[in-house]
Amino acid sequence: MALNLREAVKRPERFTGGHRLCAGCGASVTVRAVLRALKPEDKAVIGAATGCLEVSSFLYPYTAWKDSFIHNAFENAGATISGVEAAYRVLKKKGKIDDTYKFIAFGGDGGTYDIGLQSLSGAMERGHDMVYVCYDNGAYMNTGIQRSSATPKYANTTTSPAGKVVPGKQQFRKDLTEVMAAHHIPYVAQTAPFGNFSDIHQKAEKAIYTEGPAFLNVFTPCPRGWRYDTPKLMEIVKLAIDTCYWPLYEVENGKWRLTYKPKKKLPIEDFLRPQGRFKHLFKPENQHLIEELQKEVDRRWEMLLEKCGE
Amino acid sequence: MKDNKKVTITTETTWKEITPGGIIYEAGNAHNYKTGEWRSMKPIWNSEKCKQCLLCFPVCPDSSILVEDGKIVGIDYDHCKGCGVCVEVCPFKVFDFVKED
Amino acid sequence: MAIRERLSGNEAVATAMKQINPDVVAAFPITPSTEVPQYFSQFVANGSVDTEFVAVESEHSAMSACVGASAAGARVMTATSANGLALMWEILYIAASSRLPIVMPVINRALSGPINIHNDHSDSMGARDSGWIQLYSEDNQEAYDNIIQAIRIAEHKDVRLPVMVCMDGFIVSHSVENIELLETEKVKEFVGEYDPGLDTLLNPEQPVAMGPLDLPPHYFEHKRQQAEAMKNAKKVILEIAKEFEALTGRKYGLFEEYKMEDAEVAIVVLNSTAGTAKEVVDELREKGVKAGLIKIRVFRPFPVEELRDALKHVKAVAVMDKADSFSAAGGPVFVETRAALYDAETKPVVISYIYGLGGRDVRTNDIMKVYNDLLEIVETGEVKSVYNYLGVRE
Repeated sequence: MALNLREAVKRPERFTGGHRLCAGCGASVTVRAVLRALKPEDKAVIGAATGCLEVSSFLYPYTAWKDSFIHNAFENAGATISGVEAAYRVLKKKGKIDDTYKFIAFGGDGGTYDIGLQSLSGAMERGHDMVYVCYDNGAYMNTGIQRSSATPKYANTTTSPAGKVVPGKQQFRKDLTEVMAAHHIPYVAQTAPFGNFSDIHQKAEKAIYTEGPAFLNVFTPCPRGWRYDTPKLMEIVKLAIDTCYWPLYEVENGKWRLTYKPKKKLPIEDFLRPQGRFKHLFKPENQHLIEELQKEVDRRWEMLLEKCGE
Repeated sequence: MKDNKKVTITTETTWKEITPGGIIYEAGNAHNYKTGEWRSMKPIWNSEKCKQCLLCFPVCPDSSILVEDGKIVGIDYDHCKGCGVCVEVCPFKVFDFVKED
Repeated sequence: MAIRERLSGNEAVATAMKQINPDVVAAFPITPSTEVPQYFSQFVANGSVDTEFVAVESEHSAMSACVGASAAGARVMTATSANGLALMWEILYIAASSRLPIVMPVINRALSGPINIHNDHSDSMGARDSGWIQLYSEDNQEAYDNIIQAIRIAEHKDVRLPVMVCMDGFIVSHSVENIELLETEKVKEFVGEYDPGLDTLLNPEQPVAMGPLDLPPHYFEHKRQQAEAMKNAKKVILEIAKEFEALTGRKYGLFEEYKMEDAEVAIVVLNSTAGTAKEVVDELREKGVKAGLIKIRVFRPFPVEELRDALKHVKAVAVMDKADSFSAAGGPVFVETRAALYDAETKPVVISYIYGLGGRDVRTNDIMKVYNDLLEIVETGEVKSVYNYLGVRE
């Protein structure tokens, strides 16, 4: 169900200020948007993989989480929350718990695409009633901007630096949303904090209130890692979406649906230009690299359109 | 309510009193930690210009757009880090963005 | 009335788990512990337990799910061996530091590499400093008894630490022996209902947060508090053993002393080798040799004072480790036993034997050789070699 901002502002805030995420961090925008989809009367247990979000939101003795929260390690948010959910099921069956709880795990792309992929895959395959939310900021930001399998090709990171010979990361990014769709779980969606937030809100609500496992992949800018002007968070998101670098879609019970189609598909250059991590691509001799990126974006976009029956 | 184990942890807290395993019993107590002093730039909300479109509310990473009865009423400067995302997203240029004194 | 049965070690452990009826079991198969989750999932399938069985995709996830479930307030168990335990390694520490009373049978097996499925103690010895309590078991009966006591030890308010119950892979896990089981009702009564208090994610009173980033101002205090819990465990283990003895007549301590009162030479050993060594002790005693044996049951916490008192009157001691620490200075049990004797007024000679790695058989004649070495030391006063390997081709 759509939630307009008039109603959204009335919902209790489940993630407080006072956390230590960087100024302008996209991760907390993503977290707030997802948690806003919880019905106020429902309780939740939130888990998080080690990463920026976790270390900044739960630094002893402070927690920014209003719900019960557990951090275990980097690669096991999926397994950890699946354990909590299993405990809930049995304790509820035994009559030891009355309240309704929802279970949400957050992980960055490091904890999700890479080191935590096995744990996530296992949890989804087993069918736990939980949501795994990846806040994808396209590199290991917590340890200082190292490349991940979510990092876009040619991005300059500290382990895929742009140098005289090698122009940044050498591989295209993994399409994790499709990997999760291949698990044939009830609900998979790719979204972003975008516009009036109705896309992310509706998807978060479906993910949380669909019985069984659900996965959300949320495009989440990092001003430090991407080296753009901090206030431009929402502009960067819009460019990612309008260039079709980050299409918004969902896969509900196997049915693929595009949830937003740009009126005018912008060239990938528009997404790259404001970000310092792609600066080297704008040297005249690197024009062909941008063309290569454009081709890949187009190829993936066409494939997605076909899957969505567009 | 049974013992809710409210304990104030400081750098004087000994191992005998500290919470086991680093558990925290006060959810959301990060609210007591002020991040406002991180600011180098400060957004100023101008109530008379605000059309209450609410677009600034969800984009704030620090939950610092203050709302009362469904309306924006100001900025929580205890936590606002001055990122300027609200300033940029406002279609009506309601915010000034000034250097912090 | 106790129930007489014939069960393998794995069956005994699985039976204890069935009788305990934990809330959550998350496990992944690995030889030789595989049968434990197999039997257990059959109990689940037949409805003889209420447990949520989580068939995870790895041991790392097994321990991670156990941490989540235990943090949620459930009574939680798992089982593993060797590489499975090694894969859990990171999360073992987190379970202990989070003070989660998870109980885990560890069916001891040699740790790769090279890969080997047979018994030694390199797996659990590798985890000796993870903050888990470690109980060792000579046979299926002790494994069964230890599992039941472990629940109480782990959940005790002064402890709140996870417990490993170790037994030898194949030698015990797959050998069918007589066993005396408790009636299920008695087990349930002994372990009681689990009350996790407010320290759980699902407690109805208030939300909590677990697993913080803990920087220099507080980390050390948390570790010190954890260390105290391990210290407390010693007393709690003995109290619970007393209660268990009242129930079953079976007596447990921190270690078992076998013919130690007047012993002049003694072996210190863990798990099933104790059975073999007891035969040798009997044989020597028949010949009038004052031989004795100590079988350590509780390796974590390590019974320093008690071992010192039990060994100080002995003239020569051999500590047998079924794991090498590659310190080039003896195995882990040796090092700690020898250190325990440092403060004794009279000290025996203490020498190390690493034996049985990767399932190499240890027979009575091997143990006899160790006693003979000790007797020679006593006779000549000369220690030819402190660090020894027993049963390897030289």
